[in-house]
Amino acid sequence: MADSKLDLLQGTLDLMVLQTLAAMGTQHGYGIARRIEQVSGDQVLLNQGTIYASLVRLQQRGWIEAEWGSSENNRKAKFYSITKRGRKQLAEDAAHWQRLAAVMGRVLGMAPEGSER
Amino acid sequence: MNGWWHRTWKRMLAFLHRDALDRELDAEMAAHLEMAVEENVRSGMSPEDARRRALVRFGGTQRAREEQRAARGLPFLDVLLQDMRFTLRTLRRDAGFTTVAVAILALGIGANVAVFSVVNTILLRPLPFPESRQLVWIAPPPRSCGLSCATYSIDAYDEFKAQSRSYQDVTGYDAFTSPDNFRLTGRGEPQPATGMRVMGNFFQVLGVHPMLGRLFVPADTLKSTHPVVLLEYAYWKRQFAADPGIVGKEIDLSGQPTTVVGVLPESFDFGAVFSPGSRVDLLVPLIPEYERDDGNVVTLIGKLKPGVTVGQAQADAEMVVPNLCWNVKYPRSCGSYVLKHGPSIQVRTLKNYVSGRLRRSLIVLWSAVGMILLIACVNLSNLLLARAAARSRELAMRSALGASRVRMVRQLLTESLILSTGGAVAGLGLAWALVLWLAHQGALALPLLSTLHIDGAALGWTVMTAVAAALLFGLMPGLKMASGNLQEALKDSGHGTSAGRKHESVRAALVITEVALACVLLVGAGLLLRSFLKVLDIDLGFQPDHAASIRVEYDDSAPTDQASAEKRAAIFQQMIARVSALPGVEAAGIVDFLPLGPNRAWGTPMPQGKTYPEGALPSPLVYVCTPGYVRAMGMHVRGRDFTWNDGPNSQQVVMINEAAARTYWPGEDAVGKVLMSGKTELHVIGVVEDVHASSVEAEKGWQIYYSAMQQGPDDSQLVIRSQVAPASLAGSVLRTLREMNPNQPAAEFKPLRMIVDRADSPRRFFMLLVGAFAGLGLLLASLGIYGVIAYSVTRQTQEIGIRMALGASRGHVQTWVLRKTLLLALVGIGAGTAVSFLAARGIASLLYGTEPSDPLTYAGMIALLLAVALLAGYLPARRASRIDPMIALRTN
Repeated sequence: MADSKLDLLQGTLDLMVLQTLAAMGTQHGYGIARRIEQVSGDQVLLNQGTIYASLVRLQQRGWIEAEWGSSENNRKAKFYSITKRGRKQLAEDAAHWQRLAAVMGRVLGMAPEGSER
Repeated sequence: MNGWWHRTWKRMLAFLHRDALDRELDAEMAAHLEMAVEENVRSGMSPEDARRRALVRFGGTQRAREEQRAARGLPFLDVLLQDMRFTLRTLRRDAGFTTVAVAILALGIGANVAVFSVVNTILLRPLPFPESRQLVWIAPPPRSCGLSCATYSIDAYDEFKAQSRSYQDVTGYDAFTSPDNFRLTGRGEPQPATGMRVMGNFFQVLGVHPMLGRLFVPADTLKSTHPVVLLEYAYWKRQFAADPGIVGKEIDLSGQPTTVVGVLPESFDFGAVFSPGSRVDLLVPLIPEYERDDGNVVTLIGKLKPGVTVGQAQADAEMVVPNLCWNVKYPRSCGSYVLKHGPSIQVRTLKNYVSGRLRRSLIVLWSAVGMILLIACVNLSNLLLARAAARSRELAMRSALGASRVRMVRQLLTESLILSTGGAVAGLGLAWALVLWLAHQGALALPLLSTLHIDGAALGWTVMTAVAAALLFGLMPGLKMASGNLQEALKDSGHGTSAGRKHESVRAALVITEVALACVLLVGAGLLLRSFLKVLDIDLGFQPDHAASIRVEYDDSAPTDQASAEKRAAIFQQMIARVSALPGVEAAGIVDFLPLGPNRAWGTPMPQGKTYPEGALPSPLVYVCTPGYVRAMGMHVRGRDFTWNDGPNSQQVVMINEAAARTYWPGEDAVGKVLMSGKTELHVIGVVEDVHASSVEAEKGWQIYYSAMQQGPDDSQLVIRSQVAPASLAGSVLRTLREMNPNQPAAEFKPLRMIVDRADSPRRFFMLLVGAFAGLGLLLASLGIYGVIAYSVTRQTQEIGIRMALGASRGHVQTWVLRKTLLLALVGIGAGTAVSFLAARGIASLLYGTEPSDPLTYAGMIALLLAVALLAGYLPARRASRIDPMIALRTN
């Protein structure tokens, strides 16, 4: 089963985290990891621990910020939220990603004899 | 770019606060896992299952921690710190190895830094003057007539300065200065002081600014002026207790009230630059009008105009020389500076003049010390390899557990770097002590030595050598260890297997290298030592042992030269009679200049009735002396010495040396012959042994001796021969001189041996240093041999045990081990000798009376090396022969 999961490309996790925070608002690390797993339909091979390298990287770039707070169960946790610069970056990266995905789709969709063109 | 800086900054902050961040991450991960467990429990798992599942999903907290550290901080430094902690731990555990390694490195690096400081000070660094590259030394090419042929007259100086076009300014100083030529009175006992006469513009040309007061001004160089003096910094501190109010005060110099106009800065040391090995205390202006008729007195130093090359200055100087007059009063002396052969004048950089002749010696020294470092590195490589053999299983285990090869090499290099840093720190201490000691060797005639110190360049050099050494001795064992076959290393018990053997062959190669390097060093040192012994053996023409000299003062002022000479004769006769009467004194006499000191020539006297073309004969060096001088010096005379009857009213008499006599009257006895100096008849009464007058190692040249009652001496050194130690005579001699002249300063009583030693000091210095390095190389090489043989004995304990069980005697075993040692040593010596032949040719110009292929030196040094190698092998051999076969076979 594990073999069929997708390996994450370098940088994709950062984009996913940004998008998750943009969509869900403030969230702790566990919540982000769970959310990504759910949305991907458990298609992504993700060690949840990996998320913390991504979070600190985004934080150092100033795209997200963090604050300690209490969870719904009154548990102490660190909550992350996206910043204004983070949203700008997300927009750029998402556009770039979509363009790349579209191009890849087209390239991979080429017919063997090149008849489409 | 801005973003990059920002991130780097954040990473650095994160690195610095890594403990706090780690704690925060731990708390965050704990919360994460708790939430995951809770959710799993809620979905119906058992608590254990829930926890296990949460941990699996998380994927390892340690890994997450490391991933985050790598993402947020400086992973490179993290690894480095980790390696360093690990290395320090292992090194502490192996204190014996660490101590030996650091000590070897300290010796290698320390010696290198000290020698670099010397080379940097003398050779590499510019002279301590602003724009020092524009300073040039202007002198006639070297000839064999002493200082008189290396200097110019005041008239020539004036003319040169006026006509040359390449110079901003030209200056000079009086080259004929004897030590202790001044007397400081009025402050307790009269004290001797050495003062240099310099041209009024001397300091302006060199660009030296006074620390206190002012420099000389043109008015100071007039005949009518009140005498002025500048003090050197060290003298000011020593003699005047660093009196800040000294400027403007009068001091009494040789009976003349003299105004102190300034104190020179600490960075200026006349002796260190211009007369290495002797100290200069004060500087007085040279008053041209007093010395205009004294012939050649000044050496020239020029400052080139910006953009003028030394070559252009040389061409310019050659154009000017034909117009120079020795003395304008004698038109025939104009053009007398033109030489028949080759250029008549030489312009070279002042730097080249000061340190050029030491260049080769210093490069040899530098190479020798580099070889020491190489040997030290090879030795350490060897030690590390021995350690590697012991650690191969540990490393294999780490490799099996997933450490990458790069990571392991890196860790091993960290170990080398830490060792070499330890060595560098200790070595720097060593170098500092050595340099401090050297800087205070006032008697060592090397230029600029007093300015020697460990500076930024030396620190940089330390870092460079340390890193280079670490790479050199660490890389090979590191690569070797990391490249080892994992499985074999794990299986290898370390005894008698193939991997162990491979290690050993590498170590043998290293030892051979060491022996070869040590051989080269030893042969070089041996050649230098033999040269030095040859120099010590030189027959100087006088006997420096059991004789000493002191500078004496007297007052022969009188209205006429004739009266003055009579007065002087009386003083000298009485002085010598009284000193000779002192118990222990065998002979005494006075001369104006001692051999190996300042000297001069008065042209070439011609034998009566013979003519030679001009310039065909050399000009003999002139010495003016009293009766008794030649005996006090231990020189042999054929004919007779001067007597007190050879006074101002009797016929002019001279003594000449053998070499001059042989050329003047070949095959005849010179005694009784007459020399013509212009229209004056000089009757030769004696022929004296040839004396090494200007330098110990150079040709002896010609000398002529005049009677001090017939010619005015320029100075006066009393020479005393005695079997009693000079120090015990000093008191009674000085008391006698004081009784005759209360102003006699407490001048130093100098053994003649000291004067000769000073002349030999650079050779002695280089010989001792290269010798010390060779000794060190020998020690390190023998350590290397001992290490390898001892290790192979340990490794082959079993084999030796079997041999002995099968009947090999102790003697057999010893011979067997020694033969192994001999093989290593012989291969090393063979290679070393071959390299030595080449290297010796490079130092040929530093040798004296010794061929670069001197068989005695080679044989001696090879024998020494072999003996030491065998000794190093004998200790393990003895241990091997004491192995008890039963025990050896039972233990693994």
